[in-house]
Formats: sequence, structure tokens, C-alpha cells
Amino acid sequence: MNLNNATITELHKLLTDKAISATELTQHFLSRIAENDSEINSFITITPEVAIEEAKAADLVLAKGQHTMLTGIPMAHKDIFCIEDIRTTAGSKMLANFIAPYTSTCIEKLRHAGTVTLGKTNMDEFAMGSSNESSYFGPVHNPWDKTKVPGGSSGGSAASLAACLCVASTGTDTGGSIRQPASMCGLTGLKPTYGRISRWGMIAFASSLDQAGCFTRTAEDAAILLEHMAGHDSKDSTSLNLAVPEFTAALSEPLAGLKVGICSDYFKEGLEPEVENLVMDGIKELAKMGAEVVEIELPHTKFSLSAYYVIAPAECSANLSRYDGVRYGYRCKDPENLEDLYKRSRSEGFGSEVKKRIMVGAFALSAGYYDAYYRKAQQLRRLIKNDFVSAFEQVDVIVGPTAPGTAFPLGAKTNDPVSMYLQDIYTIAASLAGVPAISIPVGLSKGMPVGLQLIGNYLEEAKLLRVAHQFQQQTNWHQQQPQSNLL
Amino acid sequence: MITKQELGVLGDLAQLSLDPESRDSTLRAINEVLELVAIMNTAECEGVKPLAHPLEAEQLLRSDKVTEVNQVAKFSQAAPLFKEGLYLVPKVIE
Repeated sequence: MNLNNATITELHKLLTDKAISATELTQHFLSRIAENDSEINSFITITPEVAIEEAKAADLVLAKGQHTMLTGIPMAHKDIFCIEDIRTTAGSKMLANFIAPYTSTCIEKLRHAGTVTLGKTNMDEFAMGSSNESSYFGPVHNPWDKTKVPGGSSGGSAASLAACLCVASTGTDTGGSIRQPASMCGLTGLKPTYGRISRWGMIAFASSLDQAGCFTRTAEDAAILLEHMAGHDSKDSTSLNLAVPEFTAALSEPLAGLKVGICSDYFKEGLEPEVENLVMDGIKELAKMGAEVVEIELPHTKFSLSAYYVIAPAECSANLSRYDGVRYGYRCKDPENLEDLYKRSRSEGFGSEVKKRIMVGAFALSAGYYDAYYRKAQQLRRLIKNDFVSAFEQVDVIVGPTAPGTAFPLGAKTNDPVSMYLQDIYTIAASLAGVPAISIPVGLSKGMPVGLQLIGNYLEEAKLLRVAHQFQQQTNWHQQQPQSNLL
Repeated sequence: MITKQELGVLGDLAQLSLDPESRDSTLRAINEVLELVAIMNTAECEGVKPLAHPLEAEQLLRSDKVTEVNQVAKFSQAAPLFKEGLYLVPKVIE
């Protein structure tokens, strides 16, 4: 078996059959990172010592037969998750030398399950971006075409998996930051229901939207990971206090009788024709598998982008006020006084996109504008949520494109922020409503991957994963590889 | 749309200083975002209750008990300037 693109399920069998040890598997991926990542730049920090130590511990657990499905599985983690004694930068100069003093709950759970930490992946600064070009540590290159972006903000996590530098990776999704890069890199990318996975120890961008999730090769792998990542955490007051379902249990149920909703708003101007054709082919495939396709309306979806670009900057402006050059993070040289310390540390430590969003947020929250911007956006958010609640009274899942196009050339949109923001036009509504969504590969357009987005009702990740898994049993788009992986 | 003068106020609110070369481009970029979000004004939201949490969750209360040990030695290692138990900043009061 080719280890490079093997799934968690396949590697678990090799590990438990003693065909390979966790240490050998880890060495394999560390070698691949050393040989290939200079061209992709998907990692900010590689942690070989930690990885080998964890792999050796995993081998002991495997020898005792006390393993989980994840024991010995090498993973890469978005550099937004704090891991004790490992540098955690959020892709920013502000945290370029920050060594986290504790480990986030999400990563703690994955480590407890026996995963191996290969390193921390590149990302847009503080998760603000859709192309991974705003990172202080340089842009990430898409393994499918290294002249193109991998999507963002979790671009490093997506690119590292697409380049076979890990077996799975973590990401965060505030407005599409898992689903859009998954679409552009030909991967399965899951954003669970808001609150399903603890945010504790995850560096905050927009707290009412931020949600951890994962990149995998298959929906089955995503189900396995979610079972271990999810669960209540008393340290996160927004964490859902609900039992974690067995997400893998229902994967094999057929789709007969399933109602799939399509919304015309997801197929309007701006969607590349070839992407539209592939998405429609994917919907026809679901129909062939027994699903009934139903037209639905989401009348307030057209306001999603505008509501998001008020709410997310407002929350970012509040969250990022903690970076003041005093307790941790970047500090300017020779401050003249306290105000100079604050202003220069922040101005020198943050990149231009982050500064812009902080100021937009400060504006939206300022006296005289709060009602017209922030309050109005929160009202729209309720209407967008209500649309989904009504839609899910008629259908089981909603299907459409993940992104309006395939990966674009590096630098193509850096001077056109609105065009960059439009990358998330199909993913933002689910983020505002807090419903789960997944992107799965649905074809190639001019050699670049295209994603199909499935949106589910609150807490119905199991149904989403089942639809995605069944689709992947009938298609092989998720098995396609970048040419560079085959050389 | 905001003016150059308002941009200065925003910089103060956000504790960010803008160098003269980037003022125009920052102003233009912020106004582009505000133009993008202006479509909100066409939406009818009279009487709609703002949504703060997707699942309508409420802030949880915890008992007033100490649950964490003091880790000042560990946490202060991340500080740019820390001495004798204090985070140091430029003199505030003469």
C-alpha cells in the first residue's frame, strides 16, 4: 500500500496488523515534509522530536492492544491551536515567538486518542483571509499547481494533506476557512455545528463564528476524527453540553428517501460555468443514488456576506484588543510612553488585513454607528438562521458549490479585497447560522479540484457525513492526486 | 463612507497608528468594505431580535471557587518584559 495517500482507516489496519509501526509511519511523513515542504510552505513549525516521542508512546499502546482508531496517526495542526511548549503563531508577527503555555482542548483530545503531532501549519494571519497570502510566514502554494493559492485561512492544513505530508489535519472555519481550502485542494473538509468542538485554546478571531474542524481524505476519516474532537468542555462557555454521537455508525445507510435541497441563490452570477456543471453532475449523482432533489428558498442568503463583514470584524476588533505588547506577543522597541507602546506594538505586529478588519470592527461598534451596522447585522443573522430552520423542515441536506471557482493564481486578488471576500460567498451563511457543513471533491476543472458543499441541520453531522460517505462510495474524485505527488 | 478625519479617530479607538503613506490606501480599503456591507440597508429588519449565539445559548454561571493553580512563573515567560512579579511598561505617572 502507498502510505502517502492512505486513509486513517487503512493505516489503522496496517498499525494493528503490525505491518508498520507508528514510529516508522511518523518517520515516513517527517521525511516527506523535509523533502517536499520547501516548495509548498505548508508548515510554520515542524516538531520531529515531539512526533517521534508520541509515536513511540503510540507503539507501546498498540502493543498492549489499548489503541483507538487514531493511535499512531500522524497529524498536522493549524497554527491557531495552542500546544504546550510548542510555538503557536496564528500566522502573525505578533505571535512569531509565542510558546504556548497550555494545550487547547481539541488537540488534547486528539493526543489523548493517540495521534502524533507532526507540526503546526501555515495560515492566513489570525485566520483572516481566503488565500493564505496574509501569513507573516509567507504564502502557501497549492500542491495541484504551485503557482496557485490553496485557499484559506486554513491553507497550510489543506496543502499539507493534499501534498501527502500528513494523514489528516485540523483547521478552523469562521466563514469558510475549512470548506473553501478543502474545495481548492481536493479534500474532504468538515465544519461541525457551532459549539460541537471546544474553542478553548484556539486563538480567537470571531468568537461567535469560530469552529474547529478537520481535513481528511474521506468522509469516513472525518467521522472518526469528529468522534474524538467533539464533546463538552467546561472551559468553553459556548461548548455544547451534549453526548457525542457515534458518527461512523450510520455511514453505510443508503440515501434512498433522502431529500436534498438546492437553492437558486447558490447558482447565480459569479459562479464559474464549469464549477456549476460539476456541482450539478454531483447533484445528479445523489439523485441516482436515491435522493430526491427539492428546490428550496433561502431568501436572506444574499445578505450573508455583508452581515459577516460587520460581525466578524466587530468580534475581531474586541478579541485582538488583548495584543498590547505587555503580557505576551510582539513589543515595539523603546516605547516613549504607554500609548506609544500599545500603538506601535500593534501597528508593527499586525499585518495590513488584520489592521483593516480591526478598524472596520471598531467603526461598526462605535457610538452612532452601532445600530446601523452591528445591530442590523445581528438581526440579519437571525433571519439567515430562520431561513435554514424553515429549509430543514423540507429537506435533509442542502447542496451547492463550496466556492465560486477553483484555486486562483498567487497574487491575483491581493489588491482586490472585495473579490477575495467573494470567495466565501457560499460558505458564510452556514457559519452565521452555526449549522454544520462539509466540502467534498466533485470533479476537476482544467485540472484543478472543485468542491461540493453539503449543509446540514443543527447537530446532524452524522447525516452529512453519511451523504458524503455514500457519494464517495460511488465516485472517485476524492482519490484524485496532484501530479506532483505522483512524480 | 468614512473621512480621513474619522480614520484618525478609528486609529485611536483601535490603538493603531497609521503611517502617512498607508493612510490613503487604508481609507480606500475600509470604504470598500463599508460599500460591500451597505446592501444591509435594503433589508427589512423591523422588530427582528438580534442573534448573538447560533444556538441561543446563555452565559453559564460557575461557582465562585478557585479552580486553577497560580502559574505566574510559566505564563510570565511569554512576557516581553517581566521583573520581580511585575509586567513592566513605560512610566505612567511622573
